[in-house]
Amino acid sequence: MSDQANREVVLIIPMFPNIELAAAQTAYSLAEMMDFDENDIDEIQLAIIETCINAFEHSKSEDRRVSIKFIMRDNELELKITDSGVGFRPNQATSASSGEVGLKKRGWGLEIIRNMMDEVSIESSDKGTTITMIKRKISPIRSEVCSNARRTPVGTPLR
Amino acid sequence: MRFNLVTRTEETYAVIQTEGYLNGPSGEKLADTAKELIAEGYTKLVIDLEQTRLINSIGISIIIEIIELIHQQEGVVHFCNLTPVIQRTFKIMGLAQHAGIFPNEGAAISNL
Repeated sequence: MSDQANREVVLIIPMFPNIELAAAQTAYSLAEMMDFDENDIDEIQLAIIETCINAFEHSKSEDRRVSIKFIMRDNELELKITDSGVGFRPNQATSASSGEVGLKKRGWGLEIIRNMMDEVSIESSDKGTTITMIKRKISPIRSEVCSNARRTPVGTPLR
Repeated sequence: MRFNLVTRTEETYAVIQTEGYLNGPSGEKLADTAKELIAEGYTKLVIDLEQTRLINSIGISIIIEIIELIHQQEGVVHFCNLTPVIQRTFKIMGLAQHAGIFPNEGAAISNL
């Protein structure tokens, strides 16, 4: 078995309420082991939660299961999330921010995932969907700059 | 999955503190509590998310309903103690244009 294979974790979850937290918890443990910072871990967890609930809600898979492969590399964590549902066309997926006025309630999943991860690709057919997401570790100097940039000044509403 | 709400009412406003994963079912609990407070006449709300680290877009969609409900009553709702990721998600989904987001409860209350 190769070294790379030894750095893979596969989790298969059934589609039932809140089980996405098992995937998020696994992501937390692996990302913490890889020394990702707290903010990056939160981003990975949100991306994996959104991907899972998208599959739960829309895949119509008969086996009602989602497979999640975590691949740990030196400077990045790759996640491959697969369902065996009916698939979808990513460029025709509902986009919540497609120019409509006012607060849109649903259809934000893909946009949130793309915002949280460094790379996102989608392969989908009538036999299922695989969403591949990569989160890269950033250097300590860049991490500090990003961390400072994300702080909200006290008493300032975020608009 | 454990989700708790703690509500505190003052003379002119109410504070709801959440604890745990904010998803569809727990978002509905939050919305029910907000509706009860509105029915009691509290149209100025602070929702404190300090003890909520994980959230999903279904939970946030219910928060949008709470914001709309408060606006219908010509009230105001502020959020505080958000993690940077939840704060970013609120911004992505447009909530930051319709509700105040503050670093702590004191700042949220003083801006009601």
